[in-house]
Amino acid sequence: MVTTMIAARVASDRLSPARIGAVMGRNVGALRSGPAYWLVLVSGFFEPLLYLLSIGVGVGALVGDLPVGGRTLPYATFVAPAMLAVSAMSGALSETTYNFFFKMKYMKTFDAILATPVRPFEIALGELGWAMVRGSVYTGAFVIVMIALGLATPLWALAAFPATMLVGLAFGSLGMAISTLMRGWQDFDLLASGQFALFLFSGTFSPVADYPLPVRVLVEATPLYQSVELVRGLAIGDPGWSLLAHAAYLVAMVAAGLLFAARRLERVLCV
Amino acid sequence: MSEQPLIRARGLVKRFGDFTAVDGIDIDVAPGEAFGFLGPNGAGKSSTMRMIGCVSLPTAGELRILGMDPAREGAAIRGRLGVCPQLDNLDPDLNVRENLTTYARYFGISRPEARRRARELLEFVQLADRAGSKVEPLSGGMKRRLTIARAMVNDPDIVLLDEPTTGLDPQARHLLWERLFQLKRRGTTLVLTTHYMDEAEQLCDRLVVMDGGRIVAQGSPRSLIAAHSTPEVVELRFGDERPAGLAGKLAGIGERVDPLPDRVLVYAADGDAATAEVHRRGLTPSSVLVRRSTLEDVFLHLTGRTLVD
Repeated sequence: MVTTMIAARVASDRLSPARIGAVMGRNVGALRSGPAYWLVLVSGFFEPLLYLLSIGVGVGALVGDLPVGGRTLPYATFVAPAMLAVSAMSGALSETTYNFFFKMKYMKTFDAILATPVRPFEIALGELGWAMVRGSVYTGAFVIVMIALGLATPLWALAAFPATMLVGLAFGSLGMAISTLMRGWQDFDLLASGQFALFLFSGTFSPVADYPLPVRVLVEATPLYQSVELVRGLAIGDPGWSLLAHAAYLVAMVAAGLLFAARRLERVLCV
Repeated sequence: MSEQPLIRARGLVKRFGDFTAVDGIDIDVAPGEAFGFLGPNGAGKSSTMRMIGCVSLPTAGELRILGMDPAREGAAIRGRLGVCPQLDNLDPDLNVRENLTTYARYFGISRPEARRRARELLEFVQLADRAGSKVEPLSGGMKRRLTIARAMVNDPDIVLLDEPTTGLDPQARHLLWERLFQLKRRGTTLVLTTHYMDEAEQLCDRLVVMDGGRIVAQGSPRSLIAAHSTPEVVELRFGDERPAGLAGKLAGIGERVDPLPDRVLVYAADGDAATAEVHRRGLTPSSVLVRRSTLEDVFLHLTGRTLVD
């Protein structure tokens, strides 16, 4: 669906892959700007890893094994795929919220770009592409850690990797859409709280089946739950048709987020 | 080609909600011309520039740039424009050279070609020795020159400059004017906005004076001065006395007397003769300055207000 929608835009507006690449290329160039950005990049990788070690492995020693879908899993094996999904989410969000907002509102990077043939939708795609690259570096490293710690078999861990890319795309699109609505930095506190709530309750640390029904329904509607289920299903080697539903949810999120972000960019910057 | 204007606007309007920023203007800019929008802040110059730059669509009226319609062919038009915005939006995450090479990529220019052009343009704006420097430590004048180099990276047919020297010190302004003059000599079409009359006189072949979203006069700087002012102006200051009270005593001298809050302007063909008449009437100004008429006087005459306040 998303591909047909994007294909339709390519046809009608003649989206240019070269221009989308140029928007991504700007961010690659900015990597050489100095150590500050690298520090942020590295810290983004360690956060989910520290949670995995402290809660997955540490608390896991107290919890013991967990029955999941008719199988019994060590707690760390249950938590690890969730942290993988979280790392895909935070990688994409940090790029498409803080950095995107800063470029849009303060650095006026997008104003400069929009004076060239590049269109708002191409900016959105280029920024999303870059967020994906950054997120994939995190998730790639995390997958290696999971395999090294014996928390997933190499084949299933590799199968989960493309799923993390879809998670990154979905949260990247959502992040951009949210950024175009931000009034100032104070709104980022709200975003951080929301992100933390998702992190805690999306079936990350305990199965949602244990929640009361209304809470469970609410949680199941949130994007991180959908992501965790998709990534976990693959990582623990328990694929089922339900994974397709989770994937479809995320694909819809990509399409909606991208179109909304591009429209808002146009409305805010092209006046 | 030469008879077809590069920019043609008829009844061009831009509204933001209830506010009308540009209120039905007509413009024709010919190839190779240096065309200026002169007016105070809020006159509608920048809104007009953003419409010509195809980032903002007109609310009403007709606009053709390079013979194309901004609403349908915006990207194609922008590919042939160079834009130097009022506020520098150089990329602080990139160095001086990368600001040009990265920008070139947005126009689909290949990497080797982008590097070649960056080298050439940095020579042109005299920043070659700062190619590897960050943007942030550059002076205001250097940043503006870099922005102009960036606007040239796609070898544009038209360069749009929104208040190119606002906020620069006199030396930096003169260096910039000299570079812009070189561009003009190469045949590049320049469209600029300014609220400095000396800038308009230095750079523009033709200009329109804007006020409140409308064009109030147009022509070459010389013809505007000839049409709306006298060859010379005498500026009289009277120490403690309020200029308004003196207007009566000065009546009839020269062609027109204009009392301002801090001084009285006497418009005359012959400034020295007018000064002699002031003294003959027994008035003793604390200072007298006879000067040539400028666009500032034209603007004052047309709108009753000064340009920079």
